[in-house]
Amino acid sequence: MLALFYLFAAISVISALVVVSARNPINSVIALIVCFLSIAGHYILLNAQFLAMVHVIVYTGAIMVLFLFVIMLLNLNKATEPMKSLATRIAAVTAGGLFFITLAAAIRNGIQVQAANEFDAGVGLVRSVGHVLFTEFLLPFEVSSVLFLSAIIGVVMLAKKEKHQAEAPVEPLTEAERARRTA
Amino acid sequence: MSTDLLAALVPALPLVGAVILASLRRKLSANMAGGLATALIAGSFVASVLLFLGFDANVGGRTVKLLDWIDVGGMQIPLALRIDALSLTMMLIVTGIGSLIHLYSIGYMHEDERAPTFFAQLNLFSFAMLMLVMGSNFLITFIGWEGVGLCSYLLIGFWYKTPEYNYAARKAFVMNRIGDVGVVLAMVLLFQRFGTLEYASIMDMATGVNDPLLIAATLFLFIGATGKSAQIPLFTWLPDAMAGPTPVSALIHAATMVTAGIFLTVRSSVLFELAPFTKDIILWIGTATALLAASIGLFQNDIKKVLAYSTVSQLGYMFVALGLGSYSAAMFHVTTHAFFKALLFLGAGSVIHALGGEQDIRRMGGLKGHIKITYITFLVGTAAIAGLPLLSGFFSKDLILAFAFQRSPVIFGLLLFGALLTTFYMFRLLFLVFYGTYRGKAHPHESPLTMTIPLMVLAVLSVLGGLLNLPHLFGGNEPMKHFLETAAAGIGYEHLELSALTEIILMGITTTLVGIVIYVAYGRFVKTTTLEGEEAAMPVFKRLIAQRWRIDELYRALFEKPYSWLSMNLFAVAEKKVMVPLMNGVGDAAIRVGDVVRRVQTGNASFHLLAMLCGLILFLVITLLSN
Amino acid sequence: MEQGIITAIRTVPLDHYVLLSFLLFSIGVAGVVFRRNTIIILMCVELMLNSVNLLLTAFSAYHSDPRAQVFVFFIMLVAAAEVTVGLSILVMMKRNVDSVDVNQLNRLKG
Repeated sequence: MLALFYLFAAISVISALVVVSARNPINSVIALIVCFLSIAGHYILLNAQFLAMVHVIVYTGAIMVLFLFVIMLLNLNKATEPMKSLATRIAAVTAGGLFFITLAAAIRNGIQVQAANEFDAGVGLVRSVGHVLFTEFLLPFEVSSVLFLSAIIGVVMLAKKEKHQAEAPVEPLTEAERARRTA
Repeated sequence: MSTDLLAALVPALPLVGAVILASLRRKLSANMAGGLATALIAGSFVASVLLFLGFDANVGGRTVKLLDWIDVGGMQIPLALRIDALSLTMMLIVTGIGSLIHLYSIGYMHEDERAPTFFAQLNLFSFAMLMLVMGSNFLITFIGWEGVGLCSYLLIGFWYKTPEYNYAARKAFVMNRIGDVGVVLAMVLLFQRFGTLEYASIMDMATGVNDPLLIAATLFLFIGATGKSAQIPLFTWLPDAMAGPTPVSALIHAATMVTAGIFLTVRSSVLFELAPFTKDIILWIGTATALLAASIGLFQNDIKKVLAYSTVSQLGYMFVALGLGSYSAAMFHVTTHAFFKALLFLGAGSVIHALGGEQDIRRMGGLKGHIKITYITFLVGTAAIAGLPLLSGFFSKDLILAFAFQRSPVIFGLLLFGALLTTFYMFRLLFLVFYGTYRGKAHPHESPLTMTIPLMVLAVLSVLGGLLNLPHLFGGNEPMKHFLETAAAGIGYEHLELSALTEIILMGITTTLVGIVIYVAYGRFVKTTTLEGEEAAMPVFKRLIAQRWRIDELYRALFEKPYSWLSMNLFAVAEKKVMVPLMNGVGDAAIRVGDVVRRVQTGNASFHLLAMLCGLILFLVITLLSN
Repeated sequence: MEQGIITAIRTVPLDHYVLLSFLLFSIGVAGVVFRRNTIIILMCVELMLNSVNLLLTAFSAYHSDPRAQVFVFFIMLVAAAEVTVGLSILVMMKRNVDSVDVNQLNRLKG
């Protein structure tokens, strides 16, 4: 068991690092998919079978496909991104590292957890999660549909081409032009 | 109908009228607005009469609680109305005379384009005045107290296009405010001492208490009373308040609002009984005001100004009565004065109306043939205020004089002198307006029926008003005194222990002297019409009186000038040298700091994220280290 | 069988899961600051969300409480909505300024 955990953990961390460091966005997306699949493995280790399936379907199946789709649509599949300045990159890595160290320091003495409930092998299966979802969390569940609806409308509004934009794309003002207009 | 509902209806009706009229003031015609306002206040009067008829003086007053208003910690102040002999008396005066004056205003204001606004304000005033007299605690009374002050301000400045009228309105407002501060301070003191503002509880608790705090509280109450009731030193606003339409002068500045100070004193009579020092001060200020105002009235040429000074003088008499501890006499004089002074003002309004706005008595004369009803009613009013025997003023004034004589012949003499002055200037007014030959150019015409009916009703009341408190000497048993005694415990302390012979002699002296004065006035103003010339030509002392003892000028020099000087200097130094640079400095500093700080806002999302992350790390580190 | 699952879950100490999700979260944070490509930044945000999901699920399993897993479910819902909106903003950005460089979005400069 522990070996399996370390395997999945290694895959997650390495693929996550690839996501951040890959030059080509396509590689990033593929690494992220790998990362998500390994997290799904963790879920199965934790007996959260329902979540594992939903995770694979929603993240790997829907969200990551959407990412790929957009990258293809916008023609971003080239490593054209200019890198940030060295100072910023060092600062980013340092900050991320420090952040991890401070978080890890918080649990340096280990976590003693007194299990709140008697162990139940059914927890994490569709039956138990579904029961809680449709009884205790019924209202939030229904409300989340409103969230989706507004997201859909928002996306359509954003993606729709406006007429004047179609005719003349708005260019960002140059410094000189801005000065001229305000004068 | 239940008593509670009736009691709530009394102030509610005029309030409803005020709201409706104020919101529909552009839609309604003058007559419709006047009709509605009059109907509502008349309804209020009917409710008051029903309450009065259903009231049993032996049972005593009752409190009608409408709702809890303030309930904080130990402070409980309900919105409650007090129905007892005192408030009923005032309610009947306010609504009764108010109805007549509303009716009169229909005729008087029918040509004014802002008549609906006028009626809205008049109704609002009635509401505020009713709250004042009906409140069951000092705070409710104070609401009404402030409300009548506001309405007085609005109505004095009703013709706001004339700057002097606005000045008069502001003057009245500011002077009233000085008095209001006194009332607030008195309330604070009383609340601190007794923990409540309810009249009934305070009067119960105060009985027999000997506390210097009561002297302070009553003095503050009296300061409030001097503001509202135009006593020295805060009386100069009332003559200027004549800038308002004449019905306003009659209702607010003669019959009702100015008696609020007397009402409040009678309400708190128990407190005043426990503070003899305050009573002495009231006595002397009342006497001084009565004499001072009467002397000024001698040489005034504006018909309304004469009546205004006469009002101040009569209010002085009422305060003398309060100072002597004869609260019933004060209330009796309030009632009769409301009758005949309202009558005189409305009569003056009728004269002004007949002459197309003329107010200077030097350009009147010989009007008795032209406007007969006005003349007869005005004559009745003048006779009543002068105290001719068996008219209402005779009884109420003689009662005060009798109390004064019991206290000291000196005060009696001073008050008698004041009464003679009153007789003189009132008959001077009557003779100059109605006798002799007409000296103006307008064509006098009698006023419409809506104006003359109130005059006739008030004339009847002025004649018969004395019956309300007919003394033993004339076969009565002072019904008003016994009625009021149930509400104002202070009345129980008053005793008039003069023998019948003394009273008859006093009345005889008074009446004889009044008759002589009328004869002198007749000779001076009817046989040979004597008009006042230019002030510059007068002898020094007379000129001083004609210029109102130069009290306005004195106040200007004492308060206005130093205040202006102080303001100008504060403006030049504190404002320009200190505050302006300070304020601008704060602004400049903000701009400079902003100039520096805004560089942080690069607009670069990554940079902001990095900054956020640094903050987060710092926060976590601090949390960890502090554990 | 039930005993087998218990052993399976309890063999791995909770600390390990906590540390793993901290690590993933930190990588995501560093990535957001590190990269200029907006689409990668969005992916890093997804990574951070998933590390939190993992943490929640781990505690849920150790406590035998399915409610935490419902929260994970809701986080997935929100993430899905967020990604659609984020990507459409990205499309707009590409269309308007012809770039997905996050440094282009500096109109809020003070």
